[in-house]
Amino acid sequence: MRNFPLPWSTTAQGGAVHADEVRIRTPWVLLMALAVSLLGLAHAPSTLAQDAEAVVLLEALDVDDYAAKGEAIDAIVSSDDERARDWLQALLDGRLQRTDDGRFVVVLDNRGRDWPVENALTGEALGEMSRRELERIGINNALRNQLRSALAVVDLYSPDLERRRASAERLLGEVDDDLSGPLAEVIEEATDDRVRERLSLALAIHRLEQGELEAVAELEGSLHPEVRVALNRAAQGDDPVLATSAGEALRGIEQTLKLNRAAETLYFGLSMGSVLVLAAIGLAITFGVMGVINMAHGELIMLGAYTTWAVQQLLPGQPGLALILSIPAGFLVSALAGVAIERGVIQFLKGRPLETLLATFGVSLILQQLVRTVISPQNRTVVTPEWMSGSLAVNDALSLTLNRMAVLGFALLVFVGLMLVMRRTRLGLEVRAVTQNRAMARSMGIRATRVDILTFALGSGVAGLAGVALSQLTNVGPNLGQNYIIDSFMVVVFGGVGNLWGTLVAGLSLGVINQVLEPWAGAVLAKIIVLVFIILFIQKRPRGLFPQKGRAAEG
Amino acid sequence: MITSQRKTHPSLWFAASLLSLGVASPALAQEDDPIKVGVLHSLSGTMAISETVLKDTVEMLIEQQNAEGGLLGRQLEAVVVDPASDWPLFAERARELLAQEEVDVIFGNWTSVSRKSVLPVVEELNGLLFYPVQYEGEESSENVFYTGAAPNQQSIPAVNYLHDQVGVERWVLAGTDYVFPRTTNRILSAYLQDEFGVAEEDIMVNYTPFGHSDWQNIVSDIRRFGSEGKKTAVVSTINGDANVPFYTELANQGVDAADIPVVAFSVGEQELTGIDTGPLVGHLAAWNYFMSVDTDANYDFIDAWIEYTDDEMAVTNDPMEAHYIGFNMWAEAARKAGTTDVDAVKDAIIGVTVPNLSGGYAAMMPNHHITKPVLIGEIQDNGQFDIVWQTPSTVAGDAWSDYLPGSRDLIADWRAPMRCGNFDVTEGSCGGSTAAEEAEAALAE
Repeated sequence: MRNFPLPWSTTAQGGAVHADEVRIRTPWVLLMALAVSLLGLAHAPSTLAQDAEAVVLLEALDVDDYAAKGEAIDAIVSSDDERARDWLQALLDGRLQRTDDGRFVVVLDNRGRDWPVENALTGEALGEMSRRELERIGINNALRNQLRSALAVVDLYSPDLERRRASAERLLGEVDDDLSGPLAEVIEEATDDRVRERLSLALAIHRLEQGELEAVAELEGSLHPEVRVALNRAAQGDDPVLATSAGEALRGIEQTLKLNRAAETLYFGLSMGSVLVLAAIGLAITFGVMGVINMAHGELIMLGAYTTWAVQQLLPGQPGLALILSIPAGFLVSALAGVAIERGVIQFLKGRPLETLLATFGVSLILQQLVRTVISPQNRTVVTPEWMSGSLAVNDALSLTLNRMAVLGFALLVFVGLMLVMRRTRLGLEVRAVTQNRAMARSMGIRATRVDILTFALGSGVAGLAGVALSQLTNVGPNLGQNYIIDSFMVVVFGGVGNLWGTLVAGLSLGVINQVLEPWAGAVLAKIIVLVFIILFIQKRPRGLFPQKGRAAEG
Repeated sequence: MITSQRKTHPSLWFAASLLSLGVASPALAQEDDPIKVGVLHSLSGTMAISETVLKDTVEMLIEQQNAEGGLLGRQLEAVVVDPASDWPLFAERARELLAQEEVDVIFGNWTSVSRKSVLPVVEELNGLLFYPVQYEGEESSENVFYTGAAPNQQSIPAVNYLHDQVGVERWVLAGTDYVFPRTTNRILSAYLQDEFGVAEEDIMVNYTPFGHSDWQNIVSDIRRFGSEGKKTAVVSTINGDANVPFYTELANQGVDAADIPVVAFSVGEQELTGIDTGPLVGHLAAWNYFMSVDTDANYDFIDAWIEYTDDEMAVTNDPMEAHYIGFNMWAEAARKAGTTDVDAVKDAIIGVTVPNLSGGYAAMMPNHHITKPVLIGEIQDNGQFDIVWQTPSTVAGDAWSDYLPGSRDLIADWRAPMRCGNFDVTEGSCGGSTAAEEAEAALAE
């Protein structure tokens, strides 16, 4: 049997499933039989008679009416054909199709114009077929639910622990009378704690639905959305005793949820803040330390993101490796672009901030249109590696998305790295010297022009790193940079020009403030409030959160 | 992935700008002069992502028409200008097309803002504009033909599907903060409350700015809103780029289509090329055409498009079909009138019927909207949609929504005796619509 990856295995957290709407008609006992027979795998090789039966089973699927399709699925489930699981999985993935001459095939890869297919009955490869010759057997969300539940029951007996866990997770809120008996047996024999805990919970939900008062005690304290749905229903139900105790259990759960929500908002805020920090920290060097207003900073971020895309194109099928390689590559590409901008434009405009602003704004437009003409005006797909998709479930109500967590960690790393460069290396010392007093530094033998180039390259390179990270969160397109340039300047100014710590604190706190405001003010108003807040703040403290002190402040 | 536009785009753009700078065309169209077809789509700026393919589509259609011997014995020639996603520039470019180039027809625009900006120019200079994108309605101009969907051809049937077939009782109306989502959501919440008796607390409305990228809080809110015991669905009028991070966040937070389906009105095959659709399988979109439509006309169109773009992975989408229909309607009307003269074509086109790509026919109605089938598709892992439901017959576009006060009494009819885009049936007079003014006011903000 081929091993299909289960679609729900990466995201452990499911939302609410409503038992009523997806009431499963599948005969569970038969499913169990199927599962057991599949495990045995002691079937005779397929004979002609069996194939004829199989064709009948599959033919029943090829109807327009979704209700009839649902019955056909049940029929497949209750047939003890060993290929049933493969068929169900193929149907779920939309790969079970029919050719013009009526053969059933499984499509192996459905991208592009011609698709490689194999015979659904014999597994024999049939080469490539065009879309015109194939007609897929479509399913809708209701059938998808039915299929997943059917597969979940089969998988309950799977030797693969991950499958058993996913299956137990899936069955929450989906247990009915037929299933509850066999499930109790599975629970007793289950070796894995998580599987046992999940199934017990599933069973308790079922018992609550049956009106059992003791089930409430078992559900108490669980944060799973399914539990809340079940308790909510019970609380609104006819049985007054049950309703009161369910209501109480719900109130207890709501209390814990409040804490969870606060933790979640903090995480959202920090993660948004980390994006701001990443986008702004390169600017904190070029604008904050060197005093150059670089409006093309956003486009340097964009170049970093496009580098990620390009590296992924060079290494197809290895998005993780490509992403890691893009970190140095993105840095280099943006740094080189930064040097070109510095040498080509900015060095001639030293000390004329308005002209610099306009010229670099022009550069930013040129870079955008360049990407549009050379690559494409369309957004590019950057694949997120497996280990960065999905989320980490802290508990049933709180899960932290992995891609955001990775970006948060990356932002802190970049910050630490940059701090070390500025504080501990010769370059950092020279940069600080040149910015404090250019003439004096030069007379001490520091080559100020070289320092300018290197500093600008460093700031631009860090923008490239931001681009690599952003490619995992947002669109990689020609407009990527535009969305971040204003925010970046905001963070740098708010944090105090020339202060890296200020940028970190400002970015993170603006992120948190924004996310705290968002639920009750809406995304648009939250942004406005933050902007107004910064304007007022700058009125009071023109030099930002962490003003430069001493002589550097005068410069 | 689309990589092909770049091959045609720079040179044409350049040629177009040369044309627009240079030679003034002779005032009288000669027999052997080509018929000029204006193409007013952004080739740079934010909207380039969606509009460049439409420019290519029109060029392809012109090429095909020319290969068949042109129209009325004359060749067609595309005049391409780039309004650069800049709304006032749309008006300037339209003026240039009509006054200097003297084009016979314009195919163009995507956003409603840009259409509103072009509208007075097209009316003043008496041009023809074919607008291919689904929009919020509340408009009918003598000079504009709306080949995209009006709200009753997209959002209302989609909501009906969710309510009747999926059993949805709670609704999240999420949109980008501009005129199309705001008008659509106003119509939808009025419709949900009036028709289905949905309580106000069961409707959650959320607006986000253009290009919004941080969806964590909103998706988390949607999850919470959907876990209170009633079947919940999200109706999304989120536009353009912002969809990618929105769907990514949905996938990461584990919002499954089987639990909380999202039905989108602005996400098509083109938009999905930028997303890994694996985790999105089962989320929905409502359109009048999908690339997966199983008809020979559609396969021919796809093959022609793949050949034209020289890209195996090129996708087709709904606005492209709208241009296909619009172009054929215009050609048919010109044949019927025997001329490309604007007034003659305008009169001839009402009632013209041409095949669409989904196996039916599209007819131009007197209100300048067309008949379309409504399709609901579920996203598949290959970036295509699988059609799960469709209206039994085509639906005629309604310019003025029946669910908005001020608009429900208006009708549009551009045939001979009435010739009015906003006829008030209660007062029996043309004009004076408050809805139109409201839409204008919303735009001015």
